[in-house]
Amino acid sequence: MPQHTFRLNGEEVTVDIEDDVRLLWVLRDVLGVTGPKYGCGIGVCQACTSHINGKAFNPCSVRVADLGPDDEVTTIEGLPATVGRELHPMQEAWLEHDVAQCGYCQPGQIMAAVAKVRQARAAGHEIGDADLDEIRNICRCGTYFRIREAIRAAATRF
Amino acid sequence: MGAQGHAHDMDRRRFLGYVLAAPVLTAAARLGADLAAPEQAAAAVPSLPGPAEILNLNDMLTVAALPTAGLIGVQLHPDGTASFALPRAEVGQGITTSSAMLIAEELDLPLDRIRVTLADARPELLFNQLTGGSNTTISTYLPIRVAAATARGRLLAAAAAAFGEPVTALTTRLGVVTSAAGRTATYAELAVAAASRTTLQVAVELKPARDFAVIGTPRNRIDARAAVTGRKQYAMDLQVPGALPAMICRPPTINGTVRSVANLAAVRAMPGITDVAVVSTGVAVRGRTFGQCIDAVRALQVAWGPGTAEGASDATVREELRRAELPLVVPPLPILTKAVDVRFTFPFAGNSALETNCAIADVRADRAEVWGSLKSPIVAQEQIALRLGLPVSAVQVHVVDGGGSFGRKLFSDAALEAAEVSKAMGKPVKLMWHRADDVRQGRTHPMSTSRVRATHSLGQVLSYEQRHTSVATDFGHGLGEVITATAAQLPVGGLAFSETIFVLTQETPYNFGVVTQLLSEVDKGFNTGSMRNIYSPNVRCAQELVVDRIAADMGKDPYRFRRDFLKDARARAVLDKAAELGQWGRAMPAGTAQGIALHPEYHSVAAVLVEIDCRPQTTGRTIPNAVTGPRVTKAVCAVDVGLAVNPRGLEAQMMGGIMDGIALALTSSLHLKDGAFLEASWDNYFYTRQWNTPAELEVFVMPPTTGEPGGAGELAVASAMAAVACAYRRATGTMPTTFPINHDAPLAFEPKPTVPPVPASPTDGLDRAY
Ligand code: FES
Ligand code: FES
Repeated sequence: MPQHTFRLNGEEVTVDIEDDVRLLWVLRDVLGVTGPKYGCGIGVCQACTSHINGKAFNPCSVRVADLGPDDEVTTIEGLPATVGRELHPMQEAWLEHDVAQCGYCQPGQIMAAVAKVRQARAAGHEIGDADLDEIRNICRCGTYFRIREAIRAAATRF
Repeated sequence: MGAQGHAHDMDRRRFLGYVLAAPVLTAAARLGADLAAPEQAAAAVPSLPGPAEILNLNDMLTVAALPTAGLIGVQLHPDGTASFALPRAEVGQGITTSSAMLIAEELDLPLDRIRVTLADARPELLFNQLTGGSNTTISTYLPIRVAAATARGRLLAAAAAAFGEPVTALTTRLGVVTSAAGRTATYAELAVAAASRTTLQVAVELKPARDFAVIGTPRNRIDARAAVTGRKQYAMDLQVPGALPAMICRPPTINGTVRSVANLAAVRAMPGITDVAVVSTGVAVRGRTFGQCIDAVRALQVAWGPGTAEGASDATVREELRRAELPLVVPPLPILTKAVDVRFTFPFAGNSALETNCAIADVRADRAEVWGSLKSPIVAQEQIALRLGLPVSAVQVHVVDGGGSFGRKLFSDAALEAAEVSKAMGKPVKLMWHRADDVRQGRTHPMSTSRVRATHSLGQVLSYEQRHTSVATDFGHGLGEVITATAAQLPVGGLAFSETIFVLTQETPYNFGVVTQLLSEVDKGFNTGSMRNIYSPNVRCAQELVVDRIAADMGKDPYRFRRDFLKDARARAVLDKAAELGQWGRAMPAGTAQGIALHPEYHSVAAVLVEIDCRPQTTGRTIPNAVTGPRVTKAVCAVDVGLAVNPRGLEAQMMGGIMDGIALALTSSLHLKDGAFLEASWDNYFYTRQWNTPAELEVFVMPPTTGEPGGAGELAVASAMAAVACAYRRATGTMPTTFPINHDAPLAFEPKPTVPPVPASPTDGLDRAY
């Protein structure tokens, strides 16, 4: 069985699995990393959103064979360590605004939010309504408004 | 609406608590027998109340919970924490947090030292383990407090014995008992001494409302940190030994059946796959990863037999509903009477949560263990036992945190299926539905029509008749048993389950003369269930639109008109508050408008005011794979639940309800064609997304009115849907009669194939990274 090596939350991991298994299942079913959630498996719901080399992506839509040994995958579990803290400021803002209801979408929401803030910053502006309107993550509990408030609050803190 | 005098007496009443024989302090409670006497509530309603006003669904659930509710218990541990196994399902509504608050209040223990878990199925609880009808807080408010107060009383007694001082010289605060002489003991130190070797009955008093320090204060969720760190575990996150991923290849039409499978052996030999078996709902596969299960499902070559809705489409169901509509009884009309007569259509809608149907099952020859988010775990346990041919006592059912419910998890479809698959394969399975399955074969909110005829003359509404006709709603999840058990006490004898639910939940809040609202049902061929707020969003949306029409006919302002015709002072108060906060009547540009509506239910009432933008520059926004259309730019909600245990949690529930209402009015529905639903993804079923979300949103929680908590989980959906519909009518000048308003427009997506039943996972994820 083919072997695949990549970096996950700061550590090198190697898995034995067929090339075309999507990364989400390697994370969840093989490595037991369950922060990224399944909501569609086709890159729509964004519940699985994690980071690859600091950018938001959907592991349900990436073959494990398409990762190289230098690719750094960060899931919600590894987000705080990227800023060397117990919680990332985005997670703190989520707590302050009591965003989560069922919570199922929230790991993906937080990972998307961090990337969205960085994206706006790279484009030279503070995050605004137009950026927030672009976030595609589904929240079936309807926490959208508190998500917007939390992102605005966290945007200046990292 | 609740009776106020009743509430005020409550604080002075003494309740019976139990100290159970256990090594550490364990206190329990049962309800006072006179707790929910519904006749008292009726006395508070001034004139000709409808059945829903006398005894609504929640009274029935609460009455049904009476005989065994005493088995709810709080444990105090030697580490100074308290724990409580809530016999309900947490699916996002915040009931673990509000339950912990009740314990914190009566026990004088900090909130972060209270652990609330979800109880396994406990058959002895009978009807008291059903999470539905926004009933949890109503039915557990007193028993949880009594149990906690009993525990506190025992701690005081233990401290008094240790100090040699009278109990009256002691106070409790933050988990510490302090005496007048200045001696202290922590709850941790007292937990064992306060335990009892025999079961005792004690009389306890509850804290009077004026002393509340926790109840009624805004608190964050106790599971928030677990949620934002990814540590909160849902069913599919549990590691049960040997339980490998499993999925089902499902039929192309609703409830189709397997005739034969051409390539069982080949699929069994696919990478990672361990088992393939034909089961009652399709062909089950089990493998190392869900990804490999998806591939196997796609590879299966199955010959399918017909389903239960073969050939049905939106148009055929609509026609069937039209034929089944109960007649209106138009009263004799005086001269100058005007009539409004309109029929609304509400297509099928999806009640999928973000977590798809899923469960883990480990079935052995003589026993079974099942894990899932189950709102009716006792019913699940019984059904699983029946299907497996095991005694109920051999089936253990664990209730796990759920990723949303909206009515779905009242049913145990995935748990039953997982048990069947585990038995067929002889191995434990972690069964999950694909999103496409969840949309196409999962339960739906049934299609319905609502015909409304109202007459008015000289500024008075003389009659209001509503005939709601619906594809049958399945209530076979335990609510049916509740109704059977309490049927003899109901003022609506002789009705079927669904009619009973309808009559018990629908009330017309206005003085509209002769009012009749009736339900009739057709067709059992669909997988249905109630969706957040059961009938109300549709029934009340229709009613509030007609209210706006009558107001317009009379030349009255929609807000003033409602004010004048409302029966209830609490309803008027929330309406006034929403109008005030939302600046009702402010000047707005053409193509935009405000709408206002309200909805009373579950001893609570909410009013919602929205502003909508229907101008071309807004409706013409293009976003890939999305529906834009009119945008609700602002929403304001005022809500009175009698007593909000956790106002911050209540706000969250209202916000979620408003998002649901926006989706139901503007964007989300299922299209039925040739016996199958066309939608198969969140980019087909257009639930509210960020680009549909109002940039301004405010929820105002009214100060306590009745002093007793009413329902909250579903309250805002109907008022929001109706307010959006009314705003749309005022902005565009046309009354919408089909909801969502875009249902009959050309499809906004390309339907996915039905064979294979699930789409392949894409491989372009890296290209789309941002
Ligand atoms: S599961 Fe990856 S986007 Fe939905
Ligand atoms: S919090 Fe439940 S789906 Fe977002």
